[in-house]
Amino acid sequence: MDFLTVKDLHHTYFTRTSATIALSDITLDVKEGEFVSFLGPSGCGKTTLLSIIAGLIEPTGGSVLLENKPIKTSQNDIGYMLQQDYLFPWKTIEENIQLGLKINGNLTNAKKEEASNLLKQMGLHHVEASYPKQLSGGMRQRVALVRTLATEPKLLMLDEPFSALDFQTKLKLEDHVSNTLKTFNKTAILVTHDIGEAIAMSDRIILFSPSPGRVHKTFIVPEELKTLPPFKARNHPLYTELFQNIWKELECIDEE
Amino acid sequence: MTKNEIKNLHQQYLHTLTREKRIVRFFQLLIFILFFLFWELASRQQWIDPLIFSSPTKIWNMFIQKSIDGSLAANIGITVTETILGFLAGTILGTMLAALLWWSPILSKILDPFLVILNAMPKVALGPILIVAIGANMTSIVAMGTLVSVIITTIVVFTSFKEVDPNYIKVLQIFGGTRTQCFKEAILPASFPTIISTLKVNVGLSWVGVIVGEFLTSSRGLGYMIIYGFQVFDFTLVFLSLLVIAVFATIMYQLVELLEKKIIQD
Repeated sequence: MDFLTVKDLHHTYFTRTSATIALSDITLDVKEGEFVSFLGPSGCGKTTLLSIIAGLIEPTGGSVLLENKPIKTSQNDIGYMLQQDYLFPWKTIEENIQLGLKINGNLTNAKKEEASNLLKQMGLHHVEASYPKQLSGGMRQRVALVRTLATEPKLLMLDEPFSALDFQTKLKLEDHVSNTLKTFNKTAILVTHDIGEAIAMSDRIILFSPSPGRVHKTFIVPEELKTLPPFKARNHPLYTELFQNIWKELECIDEE
Repeated sequence: MTKNEIKNLHQQYLHTLTREKRIVRFFQLLIFILFFLFWELASRQQWIDPLIFSSPTKIWNMFIQKSIDGSLAANIGITVTETILGFLAGTILGTMLAALLWWSPILSKILDPFLVILNAMPKVALGPILIVAIGANMTSIVAMGTLVSVIITTIVVFTSFKEVDPNYIKVLQIFGGTRTQCFKEAILPASFPTIISTLKVNVGLSWVGVIVGEFLTSSRGLGYMIIYGFQVFDFTLVFLSLLVIAVFATIMYQLVELLEKKIIQD
Protein backbone atom coordinates (compact mmCIF):
# COMPACT_ATOMS: atom_id res chain seq x y z
CA MET A 1 0.00 0.00 0.00
CA ASP A 2 1.17 3.51 -0.77
CA PHE A 3 2.30 5.91 1.88
CA LEU A 4 0.34 8.91 0.64
CA THR A 5 -2.69 8.55 -1.60
CA VAL A 6 -4.51 11.43 -3.23
CA LYS A 7 -7.68 10.28 -4.95
CA ASP A 8 -10.05 12.14 -7.31
CA LEU A 9 -9.25 15.42 -5.65
CA HIS A 10 -11.22 18.51 -6.68
CA HIS A 11 -10.99 21.95 -5.26
CA THR A 12 -12.92 25.06 -6.16
CA TYR A 13 -12.45 28.52 -4.69
CA PHE A 14 -15.57 30.61 -4.30
CA THR A 15 -15.86 34.36 -4.29
CA ARG A 16 -18.95 36.54 -4.45
CA THR A 17 -18.67 36.89 -8.22
CA SER A 18 -16.98 33.68 -9.32
CA ALA A 19 -16.14 30.05 -8.71
CA THR A 20 -12.61 29.15 -9.79
CA ILE A 21 -11.64 25.52 -10.22
CA ALA A 22 -8.15 25.29 -8.73
CA LEU A 23 -7.67 21.53 -8.89
CA SER A 24 -9.47 18.99 -10.98
CA ASP A 25 -9.33 15.22 -10.80
CA ILE A 26 -5.97 14.85 -9.07
CA THR A 27 -4.97 11.26 -8.38
CA LEU A 28 -1.45 10.47 -7.30
CA ASP A 29 0.54 8.54 -4.76
CA VAL A 30 3.87 8.84 -2.99
CA LYS A 31 5.86 5.91 -1.62
CA GLU A 32 7.64 5.94 1.71
CA GLY A 33 11.11 7.46 1.47
CA GLU A 34 10.42 8.88 -1.97
CA PHE A 35 11.23 12.42 -3.06
CA VAL A 36 8.58 13.75 -5.43
CA SER A 37 8.52 17.14 -7.12
CA PHE A 38 5.40 18.98 -8.24
CA LEU A 39 6.45 21.03 -11.22
CA GLY A 40 4.35 23.45 -13.21
CA PRO A 41 3.75 27.03 -14.22
CA SER A 42 2.20 29.38 -11.70
CA GLY A 43 -1.54 29.11 -11.29
CA CYS A 44 -1.66 25.34 -11.57
CA GLY A 45 -2.78 24.89 -7.97
CA LYS A 46 0.43 23.43 -6.54
CA THR A 47 0.28 25.38 -3.31
CA THR A 48 -3.44 24.63 -2.96
CA LEU A 49 -2.65 20.93 -3.32
CA LEU A 50 0.02 21.15 -0.60
CA SER A 51 -2.36 23.00 1.72
CA ILE A 52 -4.96 20.27 1.19
CA ILE A 53 -2.44 17.50 1.84
CA ALA A 54 -1.33 19.36 4.98
CA GLY A 55 -4.93 19.44 6.16
CA LEU A 56 -5.11 23.24 6.15
CA ILE A 57 -7.84 23.40 3.51
CA GLU A 58 -10.81 21.07 3.26
CA PRO A 59 -11.08 19.99 -0.42
CA THR A 60 -14.45 20.34 -2.17
CA GLY A 61 -14.15 16.74 -3.35
CA GLY A 62 -11.95 13.65 -3.15
CA SER A 63 -9.74 12.28 -0.42
CA VAL A 64 -6.21 12.38 0.93
CA LEU A 65 -4.94 9.43 2.93
CA LEU A 66 -1.66 9.18 4.78
CA GLU A 67 -0.94 5.55 5.69
CA ASN A 68 -4.60 4.87 4.95
CA LYS A 69 -5.83 7.44 7.46
CA PRO A 70 -7.27 10.88 6.77
CA ILE A 71 -4.98 13.82 7.49
CA LYS A 72 -5.23 15.66 10.80
CA THR A 73 -2.93 18.55 11.62
CA SER A 74 -3.00 17.73 15.31
CA GLN A 75 -1.12 14.48 14.74
CA ASN A 76 1.95 16.20 13.37
CA ASP A 77 2.44 13.76 10.54
CA ILE A 78 3.18 16.54 8.12
CA GLY A 79 5.99 19.04 8.05
CA TYR A 80 5.60 22.08 5.81
CA MET A 81 8.31 24.48 4.77
CA LEU A 82 7.12 27.74 3.25
CA GLN A 83 8.63 29.91 0.54
CA GLN A 84 10.13 32.18 3.14
CA ASP A 85 11.49 30.97 6.42
CA TYR A 86 8.81 32.60 8.62
CA LEU A 87 10.98 32.32 11.68
CA PHE A 88 9.36 34.29 14.48
CA PRO A 89 11.46 37.46 14.76
CA TRP A 90 10.76 37.95 18.47
CA LYS A 91 11.97 34.45 19.37
CA THR A 92 15.58 33.28 19.54
CA ILE A 93 16.75 30.55 17.17
CA GLU A 94 16.48 28.06 20.02
CA GLU A 95 12.87 29.06 20.75
CA ASN A 96 12.11 28.95 17.04
CA ILE A 97 13.32 25.40 16.50
CA GLN A 98 11.45 24.25 19.60
CA LEU A 99 8.20 25.89 18.49
CA GLY A 100 6.60 22.77 17.03
CA LEU A 101 7.48 20.73 20.11
CA LYS A 102 6.09 23.44 22.36
CA ILE A 103 2.82 23.67 20.42
CA ASN A 104 2.05 19.99 20.74
CA GLY A 105 3.37 19.66 24.27
CA ASN A 106 6.36 17.42 23.47
CA LEU A 107 9.01 19.76 24.79
CA THR A 108 11.14 17.24 26.68
CA ASN A 109 14.84 17.60 27.35
CA ALA A 110 15.63 14.74 24.97
CA LYS A 111 13.70 16.43 22.16
CA LYS A 112 15.38 19.76 22.88
CA GLU A 113 18.75 18.03 22.66
CA GLU A 114 17.76 16.41 19.37
CA ALA A 115 16.69 19.72 17.88
CA SER A 116 19.92 21.44 18.81
CA ASN A 117 21.95 18.51 17.43
CA LEU A 118 20.03 18.85 14.20
CA LEU A 119 21.02 22.49 14.12
CA LYS A 120 24.68 21.50 14.38
CA GLN A 121 24.30 18.92 11.64
CA MET A 122 23.02 21.73 9.45
CA GLY A 123 26.30 23.51 10.06
CA LEU A 124 24.83 26.09 12.39
CA HIS A 125 26.94 26.46 15.51
CA HIS A 126 26.49 28.94 18.36
CA VAL A 127 23.36 30.54 16.93
CA GLU A 128 20.84 29.32 19.53
CA ALA A 129 20.81 32.61 21.41
CA SER A 130 20.71 34.76 18.26
CA TYR A 131 17.62 36.30 16.75
CA PRO A 132 16.57 35.50 13.18
CA LYS A 133 17.45 38.96 11.87
CA GLN A 134 21.10 38.34 12.79
CA LEU A 135 21.28 35.40 10.36
CA SER A 136 21.64 35.32 6.58
CA GLY A 137 18.82 34.12 4.31
CA GLY A 138 20.40 30.72 3.74
CA MET A 139 21.02 30.19 7.45
CA ARG A 140 17.44 31.17 8.27
CA GLN A 141 16.03 28.71 5.77
CA ARG A 142 18.18 25.98 7.37
CA VAL A 143 16.82 26.93 10.79
CA ALA A 144 13.31 26.68 9.32
CA LEU A 145 14.16 23.17 8.11
CA VAL A 146 15.35 22.22 11.59
CA ARG A 147 12.12 23.60 13.04
CA THR A 148 10.14 21.47 10.60
CA LEU A 149 12.18 18.32 11.20
CA ALA A 150 12.22 18.69 14.99
CA THR A 151 8.69 17.31 15.33
CA GLU A 152 9.71 14.28 13.23
CA PRO A 153 7.03 14.52 10.55
CA LYS A 154 6.40 11.45 8.40
CA LEU A 155 5.95 13.55 5.31
CA LEU A 156 7.84 16.72 4.53
CA MET A 157 6.47 19.28 2.14
CA LEU A 158 8.64 22.00 0.67
CA ASP A 159 6.85 24.87 -1.03
CA GLU A 160 9.50 26.55 -3.19
CA PRO A 161 11.75 26.84 -0.15
CA PHE A 162 14.73 28.05 -2.16
CA SER A 163 13.01 30.59 -4.37
CA ALA A 164 13.80 33.58 -2.15
CA LEU A 165 17.52 32.81 -1.97
CA ASP A 166 20.40 33.86 -4.23
CA PHE A 167 21.61 31.25 -6.71
CA GLN A 168 24.78 30.19 -4.90
CA THR A 169 23.04 29.80 -1.54
CA LYS A 170 20.25 27.92 -3.24
CA LEU A 171 22.62 25.35 -4.80
CA LYS A 172 24.38 24.81 -1.48
CA LEU A 173 21.12 24.45 0.39
CA GLU A 174 19.76 21.97 -2.14
CA ASP A 175 22.68 19.67 -1.38
CA HIS A 176 22.21 20.19 2.33
CA VAL A 177 18.49 19.46 2.32
CA SER A 178 18.80 16.49 -0.02
CA ASN A 179 21.54 15.03 2.15
CA THR A 180 19.59 15.55 5.38
CA LEU A 181 16.42 14.01 3.99
CA LYS A 182 18.33 10.97 2.73
CA THR A 183 19.99 10.52 6.11
CA PHE A 184 16.65 10.50 7.91
CA ASN A 185 14.94 8.59 5.09
CA LYS A 186 12.16 11.17 4.90
CA THR A 187 9.37 11.18 2.38
CA ALA A 188 9.23 14.57 0.73
CA ILE A 189 7.22 16.61 -1.73
CA LEU A 190 8.86 19.62 -3.32
CA VAL A 191 6.84 22.27 -5.09
CA THR A 192 8.85 24.26 -7.60
CA HIS A 193 8.75 25.98 -10.97
CA ASP A 194 12.46 25.43 -11.45
CA ILE A 195 12.97 22.42 -13.78
CA GLY A 196 16.63 22.03 -12.82
CA GLU A 197 15.87 21.95 -9.12
CA ALA A 198 13.17 19.33 -9.65
CA ILE A 199 15.50 17.04 -11.60
CA ALA A 200 18.47 17.50 -9.32
CA MET A 201 16.59 16.76 -6.12
CA SER A 202 13.81 14.29 -6.77
CA ASP A 203 13.10 10.67 -7.65
CA ARG A 204 9.95 11.46 -9.56
CA ILE A 205 8.58 14.62 -11.13
CA ILE A 206 4.87 15.24 -11.55
CA LEU A 207 4.15 17.91 -14.13
CA PHE A 208 0.99 19.96 -13.61
CA SER A 209 -0.89 21.99 -16.18
CA PRO A 210 -2.89 25.07 -15.22
CA SER A 211 -6.53 26.21 -15.25
CA PRO A 212 -7.76 24.02 -13.84
CA GLY A 213 -4.75 22.41 -12.14
CA ARG A 214 -4.38 18.78 -13.11
CA VAL A 215 -1.65 16.17 -13.50
CA HIS A 216 -0.19 16.47 -16.98
CA LYS A 217 2.61 13.91 -17.03
CA THR A 218 4.95 12.04 -14.70
CA PHE A 219 8.70 11.76 -15.26
CA ILE A 220 10.88 9.19 -13.53
CA VAL A 221 14.35 10.48 -12.74
CA PRO A 222 17.02 7.95 -13.89
CA GLU A 223 18.81 5.94 -11.17
CA GLU A 224 22.16 7.56 -12.03
CA LEU A 225 20.84 11.00 -11.13
CA LYS A 226 18.91 9.92 -8.03
CA THR A 227 22.06 8.72 -6.29
CA LEU A 228 24.05 11.88 -6.99
CA PRO A 229 23.84 14.95 -4.77
CA PRO A 230 21.93 17.78 -6.52
CA PHE A 231 24.99 19.83 -7.44
CA LYS A 232 26.71 16.89 -9.17
CA ALA A 233 23.46 15.75 -10.76
CA ARG A 234 23.24 19.10 -12.53
CA ASN A 235 26.47 18.28 -14.41
CA HIS A 236 25.40 14.80 -15.54
CA PRO A 237 24.58 14.29 -19.26
CA LEU A 238 21.27 12.60 -18.37
CA TYR A 239 20.27 15.77 -16.51
CA THR A 240 20.38 17.82 -19.72
CA GLU A 241 18.39 15.19 -21.58
CA LEU A 242 15.61 15.11 -19.00
CA PHE A 243 15.67 18.90 -18.82
CA GLN A 244 15.02 19.09 -22.57
CA ASN A 245 12.16 16.58 -22.33
CA ILE A 246 10.44 18.45 -19.55
CA TRP A 247 11.05 21.77 -21.31
CA LYS A 248 9.27 20.46 -24.42
CA GLU A 249 6.32 19.28 -22.33
CA LEU A 250 6.08 22.69 -20.69
CA GLU A 251 6.06 24.31 -24.14
CA CYS A 252 3.17 22.01 -25.12
CA ILE A 253 1.26 23.08 -21.99
CA ASP A 254 1.86 26.71 -22.91
CA GLU A 255 0.43 26.21 -26.39
CA GLU A 256 -2.76 24.60 -25.14
CA MET B 1 44.12 54.72 3.81
CA THR B 2 45.87 53.71 6.99
CA LYS B 3 44.17 52.61 10.15
CA ASN B 4 45.15 55.82 11.89
CA GLU B 5 43.59 58.00 9.23
CA ILE B 6 40.33 56.09 9.44
CA LYS B 7 40.40 56.46 13.20
CA ASN B 8 40.91 60.21 12.84
CA LEU B 9 38.05 60.50 10.38
CA HIS B 10 35.82 58.57 12.74
CA GLN B 11 36.81 60.92 15.55
CA GLN B 12 35.92 63.89 13.37
CA TYR B 13 32.58 62.32 12.54
CA LEU B 14 31.80 61.78 16.22
CA HIS B 15 32.88 65.34 16.89
CA THR B 16 30.39 66.75 14.35
CA LEU B 17 27.66 64.64 15.92
CA THR B 18 28.30 66.02 19.42
CA ARG B 19 28.55 69.56 18.05
CA GLU B 20 25.21 69.23 16.31
CA LYS B 21 23.62 67.88 19.46
CA ARG B 22 25.02 70.78 21.48
CA ILE B 23 23.62 73.33 19.01
CA VAL B 24 20.18 71.71 19.18
CA ARG B 25 20.20 71.65 22.99
CA PHE B 26 21.41 75.26 23.17
CA PHE B 27 18.59 76.58 21.01
CA GLN B 28 16.00 74.50 22.83
CA LEU B 29 17.12 76.00 26.11
CA LEU B 30 17.24 79.47 24.58
CA ILE B 31 13.64 79.25 23.35
CA PHE B 32 12.55 78.01 26.78
CA ILE B 33 14.27 80.85 28.66
CA LEU B 34 13.28 83.56 26.17
CA PHE B 35 9.66 82.46 26.32
CA PHE B 36 9.46 82.90 30.09
CA LEU B 37 11.56 86.08 30.06
CA PHE B 38 9.34 87.64 27.43
CA TRP B 39 6.22 86.51 29.26
CA GLU B 40 7.48 88.15 32.47
CA LEU B 41 8.47 91.34 30.68
CA ALA B 42 5.23 91.60 28.70
CA SER B 43 3.21 91.15 31.85
CA ARG B 44 5.15 93.80 33.81
CA GLN B 45 5.07 96.31 30.96
CA GLN B 46 1.31 95.72 30.60
CA TRP B 47 1.74 94.61 26.97
CA ILE B 48 -0.56 91.77 27.93
CA ASP B 49 -3.22 91.94 30.61
CA PRO B 50 -1.49 90.63 33.78
CA LEU B 51 -4.87 89.74 35.24
CA ILE B 52 -5.51 87.25 32.44
CA PHE B 53 -2.02 86.12 31.46
CA SER B 54 -0.43 86.31 34.92
CA SER B 55 3.39 86.13 34.93
CA PRO B 56 6.07 83.49 35.62
CA THR B 57 7.07 85.03 38.94
CA LYS B 58 3.49 85.13 40.19
CA ILE B 59 3.04 81.50 39.16
CA TRP B 60 6.30 80.58 40.87
CA ASN B 61 5.25 82.32 44.09
CA MET B 62 1.95 80.51 44.04
CA PHE B 63 3.79 77.26 43.35
CA ILE B 64 5.93 77.78 46.47
CA GLN B 65 2.93 78.75 48.58
CA LYS B 66 0.80 75.82 47.43
CA SER B 67 3.72 73.43 47.82
CA ILE B 68 4.21 74.50 51.41
CA ASP B 69 0.54 74.16 52.39
CA GLY B 70 0.52 70.73 50.66
CA SER B 71 -2.58 71.38 48.56
CA LEU B 72 -0.66 71.18 45.25
CA ALA B 73 0.90 67.81 46.01
CA ALA B 74 -2.50 66.43 47.06
CA ASN B 75 -4.18 67.61 43.87
CA ILE B 76 -1.33 66.31 41.70
CA GLY B 77 -1.49 62.95 43.48
CA ILE B 78 -5.21 62.60 42.79
CA THR B 79 -5.04 63.60 39.13
CA VAL B 80 -1.97 61.49 38.33
CA THR B 81 -3.51 58.44 40.02
CA GLU B 82 -6.75 58.89 38.07
CA THR B 83 -4.87 59.34 34.81
CA ILE B 84 -2.69 56.25 35.33
CA LEU B 85 -5.72 54.16 36.26
CA GLY B 86 -7.72 55.41 33.30
CA PHE B 87 -4.79 54.91 30.97
CA LEU B 88 -4.12 51.34 32.15
CA ALA B 89 -7.79 50.39 32.13
CA GLY B 90 -8.27 51.87 28.65
CA THR B 91 -5.29 50.04 27.22
CA ILE B 92 -5.96 46.69 28.88
CA LEU B 93 -9.71 46.71 28.21
CA GLY B 94 -9.13 47.84 24.63
CA THR B 95 -6.60 45.08 23.99
CA MET B 96 -8.91 42.49 25.54
CA LEU B 97 -11.81 43.68 23.41
CA ALA B 98 -9.58 43.51 20.34
CA ALA B 99 -8.64 39.93 21.27
CA LEU B 100 -12.32 39.04 21.57
CA LEU B 101 -13.06 40.53 18.15
CA TRP B 102 -10.13 38.62 16.65
CA TRP B 103 -11.34 35.46 18.31
CA SER B 104 -14.77 35.64 16.77
CA PRO B 105 -14.81 37.03 13.22
CA ILE B 106 -18.61 36.95 13.21
CA LEU B 107 -18.73 39.03 16.40
CA SER B 108 -16.37 41.57 14.84
CA LYS B 109 -18.67 41.84 11.81
CA ILE B 110 -21.70 42.32 14.03
CA LEU B 111 -20.03 44.94 16.25
CA ASP B 112 -18.31 46.85 13.44
CA PRO B 113 -20.90 49.64 12.94
CA PHE B 114 -21.27 50.14 16.71
CA LEU B 115 -17.52 50.56 17.08
CA VAL B 116 -17.56 53.16 14.32
CA ILE B 117 -20.36 55.08 16.06
CA LEU B 118 -18.70 54.88 19.47
CA ASN B 119 -15.40 56.00 18.00
CA ALA B 120 -16.99 58.96 16.27
CA MET B 121 -18.82 60.00 19.47
CA PRO B 122 -17.06 62.68 21.53
CA LYS B 123 -16.70 60.61 24.70
CA VAL B 124 -16.35 63.59 27.02
CA ALA B 125 -19.95 64.47 26.14
CA LEU B 126 -20.94 61.41 28.14
CA GLY B 127 -19.39 62.99 31.24
CA PRO B 128 -22.59 64.30 32.86
CA ILE B 129 -24.30 60.91 32.42
CA LEU B 130 -21.34 59.12 33.99
CA ILE B 131 -21.33 61.45 36.96
CA VAL B 132 -25.04 61.04 37.55
CA ALA B 133 -24.83 57.27 37.14
CA ILE B 134 -21.64 56.58 39.12
CA GLY B 135 -21.51 59.64 41.37
CA ALA B 136 -19.24 62.66 41.53
CA ASN B 137 -16.23 60.72 42.71
CA MET B 138 -12.91 59.29 41.57
CA THR B 139 -14.54 56.27 39.93
CA SER B 140 -16.47 58.35 37.45
CA ILE B 141 -13.34 60.36 36.60
CA VAL B 142 -11.30 57.18 36.03
CA ALA B 143 -14.20 55.91 33.93
CA MET B 144 -13.93 59.05 31.80
CA GLY B 145 -10.18 58.53 31.37
CA THR B 146 -10.87 54.95 30.32
CA LEU B 147 -13.79 55.71 28.03
CA VAL B 148 -11.84 58.27 26.04
CA SER B 149 -9.11 55.76 25.10
CA VAL B 150 -10.77 52.34 25.09
CA ILE B 151 -12.55 52.40 21.72
CA ILE B 152 -9.67 53.78 19.71
CA THR B 153 -7.36 51.22 21.39
CA THR B 154 -9.74 48.43 20.41
CA ILE B 155 -9.88 49.56 16.80
CA VAL B 156 -6.14 50.14 16.38
CA VAL B 157 -5.06 46.93 18.14
CA PHE B 158 -7.69 44.84 16.34
CA THR B 159 -6.45 46.19 13.00
CA SER B 160 -2.91 45.21 13.89
CA PHE B 161 -4.08 41.72 14.94
CA LYS B 162 -5.67 41.33 11.52
CA GLU B 163 -2.58 42.52 9.71
CA VAL B 164 -0.24 39.88 11.18
CA ASP B 165 1.21 37.84 8.30
CA PRO B 166 -1.10 34.80 7.97
CA ASN B 167 1.90 32.61 7.19
CA TYR B 168 2.93 32.73 10.86
CA ILE B 169 -0.50 31.29 11.66
CA LYS B 170 0.01 28.70 8.92
CA VAL B 171 3.28 27.58 10.51
CA LEU B 172 1.49 27.12 13.85
CA GLN B 173 -1.53 25.39 12.32
CA ILE B 174 0.69 22.82 10.63
CA PHE B 175 2.14 22.02 14.04
CA GLY B 176 -1.46 21.53 15.18
CA GLY B 177 -1.65 24.86 17.02
CA THR B 178 -5.02 25.85 18.49
CA ARG B 179 -6.49 29.34 18.14
CA THR B 180 -5.32 30.18 21.66
CA GLN B 181 -1.78 29.12 20.79
CA CYS B 182 -1.87 31.12 17.55
CA PHE B 183 -2.90 34.17 19.54
CA LYS B 184 -0.26 33.70 22.21
CA GLU B 185 2.65 32.74 19.96
CA ALA B 186 2.06 34.90 16.91
CA ILE B 187 -0.75 37.47 17.03
CA LEU B 188 0.00 39.10 20.38
CA PRO B 189 3.82 39.32 20.15
CA ALA B 190 3.64 40.50 16.54
CA SER B 191 1.33 43.32 17.64
CA PHE B 192 3.41 44.51 20.60
CA PRO B 193 4.86 47.47 18.68
CA THR B 194 1.33 48.67 17.82
CA ILE B 195 0.12 48.19 21.38
CA ILE B 196 3.03 50.25 22.67
CA SER B 197 2.33 53.03 20.20
CA THR B 198 -1.33 53.11 21.28
CA LEU B 199 -0.01 53.48 24.84
CA LYS B 200 1.60 56.73 23.73
CA VAL B 201 -1.66 58.00 22.27
CA ASN B 202 -3.58 56.82 25.32
CA VAL B 203 -1.39 58.83 27.69
CA GLY B 204 -2.64 62.00 26.03
CA LEU B 205 -6.24 60.81 25.76
CA SER B 206 -6.45 59.76 29.41
CA TRP B 207 -5.30 63.22 30.47
CA VAL B 208 -8.11 64.72 28.40
CA GLY B 209 -10.69 62.41 29.97
CA VAL B 210 -9.50 62.97 33.53
CA ILE B 211 -9.20 66.76 33.28
CA VAL B 212 -12.67 67.06 31.75
CA GLY B 213 -13.99 64.72 34.43
CA GLU B 214 -12.51 66.97 37.11
CA PHE B 215 -14.00 70.05 35.42
CA LEU B 216 -17.39 68.45 35.81
CA THR B 217 -17.16 67.07 39.33
CA SER B 218 -15.32 70.18 40.59
CA SER B 219 -14.04 68.84 43.88
CA ARG B 220 -10.37 67.86 43.67
CA GLY B 221 -7.42 67.55 41.31
CA LEU B 222 -5.64 69.68 38.73
CA GLY B 223 -8.74 69.94 36.54
CA TYR B 224 -10.59 71.30 39.56
CA MET B 225 -7.80 73.83 40.16
CA ILE B 226 -8.22 75.08 36.58
CA ILE B 227 -12.00 75.39 36.79
CA TYR B 228 -11.81 76.99 40.25
CA GLY B 229 -9.18 79.47 39.10
CA PHE B 230 -11.40 80.31 36.15
CA GLN B 231 -14.46 80.85 38.35
CA VAL B 232 -12.71 83.13 40.84
CA PHE B 233 -10.75 84.80 38.02
CA ASP B 234 -7.40 83.68 39.44
CA PHE B 235 -5.51 82.91 36.24
CA THR B 236 -2.23 82.42 38.06
CA LEU B 237 -3.82 79.27 39.47
CA VAL B 238 -4.94 78.21 35.99
CA PHE B 239 -1.47 78.64 34.54
CA LEU B 240 0.16 76.87 37.47
CA SER B 241 -2.13 73.87 36.87
CA LEU B 242 -1.40 73.91 33.15
CA LEU B 243 2.35 73.92 33.70
CA VAL B 244 2.12 71.08 36.22
CA ILE B 245 -0.02 69.08 33.78
CA ALA B 246 2.53 69.70 31.02
CA VAL B 247 5.33 68.39 33.25
CA PHE B 248 3.52 65.26 34.41
CA ALA B 249 2.07 64.39 30.99
CA THR B 250 5.60 64.61 29.59
CA ILE B 251 6.97 62.38 32.35
CA MET B 252 4.31 59.74 31.62
CA TYR B 253 5.02 59.91 27.91
CA GLN B 254 8.75 59.50 28.53
CA LEU B 255 8.09 56.48 30.76
CA VAL B 256 6.10 54.84 27.97
CA GLU B 257 8.96 55.53 25.56
CA LEU B 258 11.36 53.93 28.01
CA LEU B 259 9.10 50.89 28.18
CA GLU B 260 9.00 50.78 24.40
CA LYS B 261 12.79 50.72 24.20
CA LYS B 262 12.88 47.94 26.76
CA ILE B 263 10.30 45.72 25.09
CA ILE B 264 11.22 46.27 21.47
CA GLN B 265 14.94 45.73 21.25
CA ASP B 266 15.32 46.87 17.66
